[in-house]
Amino acid sequence: MPETFAGLPELPKKDRLKIPRHPMPEQAPAERVRNFSEVALGYTPETAIEEAQRCLQCKEQPCVAGCPVGIDIPAFIDLIRRGDFAGAQAKIKETNTLPAICGRVCPQEDQCEQVCVTGKKFKPVAIGRLERFVADWEMASGEVAMPECAPFSGHKVAIVGSGPAGLTCAAELARMGHKVTIFEALHKAGGVLVYGIPEFRLPKAIVDYEIANLERMGVEIRTSFVVGKTATVHELFHEMGYDAIFLGTGAGLPYFLGIPGENYIGVLSANEFLTRVNLMKAYKFPAADTPVRLGRRVAVIGSGNVAMDCLRCAKRLGAEEVICVYRRTRAESPARAEELERAEEEGIDFRWLSAPLEIFGNEEGFVTGMRIQRMELGEPDSSGRRRPVPIAGSEYEIPIDTVIVAVGQGPNPLVTRTTPGLELNRHGCIVVDKETQMSSIPGVFAGGDIVTGAATVILAMGAGKQAAAAIHQWLGKLERGEVSKPWLASPAVA
Amino acid sequence: MFTILKKEEIGPKFWRFLIAAPEIARKHRPGQFVMVLIDENGERIPLTLADSDAEAGTITLVVQEVGKTTMQMGALPEGFRLMSVVGPLGAPTHIEKVGTVVCVGGGAGIAPLLPIARGMKAAGNQVISILGGRTRDLVILRAEMEAASHEVIYTTDDGSFGRKGLVTHALTDLIAERGKPDLVVAIGPAIMMKVVSDLTRQHGIKTLVSLNTIMIDGTGMCGGCRVTVGDEAKFVCVDGPEFDGHAVDFDLMMKRLRTYLPEEQLARERYLRAEHTCQALKGVDHA
Repeated sequence: MPETFAGLPELPKKDRLKIPRHPMPEQAPAERVRNFSEVALGYTPETAIEEAQRCLQCKEQPCVAGCPVGIDIPAFIDLIRRGDFAGAQAKIKETNTLPAICGRVCPQEDQCEQVCVTGKKFKPVAIGRLERFVADWEMASGEVAMPECAPFSGHKVAIVGSGPAGLTCAAELARMGHKVTIFEALHKAGGVLVYGIPEFRLPKAIVDYEIANLERMGVEIRTSFVVGKTATVHELFHEMGYDAIFLGTGAGLPYFLGIPGENYIGVLSANEFLTRVNLMKAYKFPAADTPVRLGRRVAVIGSGNVAMDCLRCAKRLGAEEVICVYRRTRAESPARAEELERAEEEGIDFRWLSAPLEIFGNEEGFVTGMRIQRMELGEPDSSGRRRPVPIAGSEYEIPIDTVIVAVGQGPNPLVTRTTPGLELNRHGCIVVDKETQMSSIPGVFAGGDIVTGAATVILAMGAGKQAAAAIHQWLGKLERGEVSKPWLASPAVA
Repeated sequence: MFTILKKEEIGPKFWRFLIAAPEIARKHRPGQFVMVLIDENGERIPLTLADSDAEAGTITLVVQEVGKTTMQMGALPEGFRLMSVVGPLGAPTHIEKVGTVVCVGGGAGIAPLLPIARGMKAAGNQVISILGGRTRDLVILRAEMEAASHEVIYTTDDGSFGRKGLVTHALTDLIAERGKPDLVVAIGPAIMMKVVSDLTRQHGIKTLVSLNTIMIDGTGMCGGCRVTVGDEAKFVCVDGPEFDGHAVDFDLMMKRLRTYLPEEQLARERYLRAEHTCQALKGVDHA
């Protein structure tokens, strides 16, 4: 039996504004750097109800417009205030299929919470923490409300990639009554949620739970299947009988810097490092078979969210000195404020305005050091940020054992290379119609990082959701004979 | 899927596996590989495809026991279901009629060479294979390679089979006696591919090598497999595994192969200790 909560009566608006935003209980920095357990511990029911009381239930509802998937935020928060957590969760699930994940990894400070009316004078309502609270509450209660699925439409849809875009698209389509199969290249579903984002930020049990729910909705998941290799898009249509295809293959191709010494042993892409640690559980070596070796001093190049994940993993794996090397300043860092703060608390040595020039190695090929150039900020560049320019004669060298390159990822080319007629932009990303997410090939849709380049989980989910609606319409047209499945010129072998 | 249907020892610590993988079998072309994961706590390792049968829905893998994972594979029973086999990965070999092709194979490298030799012969080339190993039993797949070639020359380090010496000695003599072949395909230990490439470079003979580097995903995601080819960094998993042997920086590649040497040794010793205890508990006679 799940506990029931009384909730709180609605306070007058001026009183609600007097309640301070409730901090997130967290593991203390000194303790958490020695484990991979989740840092943020989550609200208690009492805290959640009190925090929900802070919402003004304003008419404008700017938060809803600020959410890429348009969750009815005031409604679910009001249900929390009343103590109706199951109702709150059902409300969220009307629009968001992966709340436990979004509540943890969405950059709320740039979305719903940024435009919160309470936030204009005071701190915004902790929308993300409340979302996470109800999702966790549902999981702990063991009573999962499954969304209702429409009767089988007779259509089969293939989703390529099981990251946030693919999972969202799959859930939406399953609800509409379509038979959905997700194809995943790795042996475990979840995409970046399992190989990239570390356990201490997003426990894998939560991803597994959300995926198990999808399977309960009738979604089939085929792991160890590389579309582009095991079967092409053409074959999915004409040999495997799918009526529409969604490509959510992500930004899986690591960028390197192109500086001398990058092939020395101990220079890893962020993808390699994180995959070893998260997906392959290298932190358990030798109990798990995949190793990772860091040495005493680790430098991570870049300062985005992926770089923060690398820095904090390195710290937890026991590296003594963990250095962040970034050519701009903290203000330009693309990482979430929360992630930066946590990394700082964990003792990461941030070297702002520092650009790597060269990596040194020894005779055996192992990394030994790095030469760094100090920078200063000059005129704004095309991104609007002030361009970092080198300070002449400021170079210095540091000893280092491992260098992790976290300067971004590009679109993975395995599918795009084997799909003739698929229009790509100059970065290799798939070009789609903004409204429908349909590519240059009718019936082939795409969304997430494979379209936008490396971005966020929630934007990918928004694209997956939008594509699902368009796929549903397209299947209707297919049924009425207004469109037909594409015949791709020459299905390439490789 | 991914069940081991048949397993046979084809040399000391060399195993041939027949695995149910219909989708991979259907798409496999010579030169490609798969990523194999035994179980939940295992590591993903690249293994070259020695053969496939699209109709039967099977693929053939040849595994030499070297490290923990390959030793564990050697101990797997028929009927065991591997957690993951992904592929076929990598670009296939470009097979066309060029004239005379010399296929040079060493150790476990003979396995991936087999479908290439077969393809080259079927395309109308004169195929001469030079196969080498430390000793007779380590020169695997002899009957298969003889069927796939017009002629096979064997070498062993200890002279127990064929001529005593290295594959490069046989290749040097072959060039001296019969002139330059149109193409050399060399697959084997990195050092063998390096010396073969050095030799053919002097003669100006086009040479393909197939690289086997450290990989995690095998789909272009991690970059752990990167090698320098010419002036460019290439990913073995998606740009390869075959490259122009004259352009590969083998010295760097061989250094990178040693990245996890201490960890590999630790894992191997730990596995052997556990196996030993296990066997002792079972009271199995090792003799």
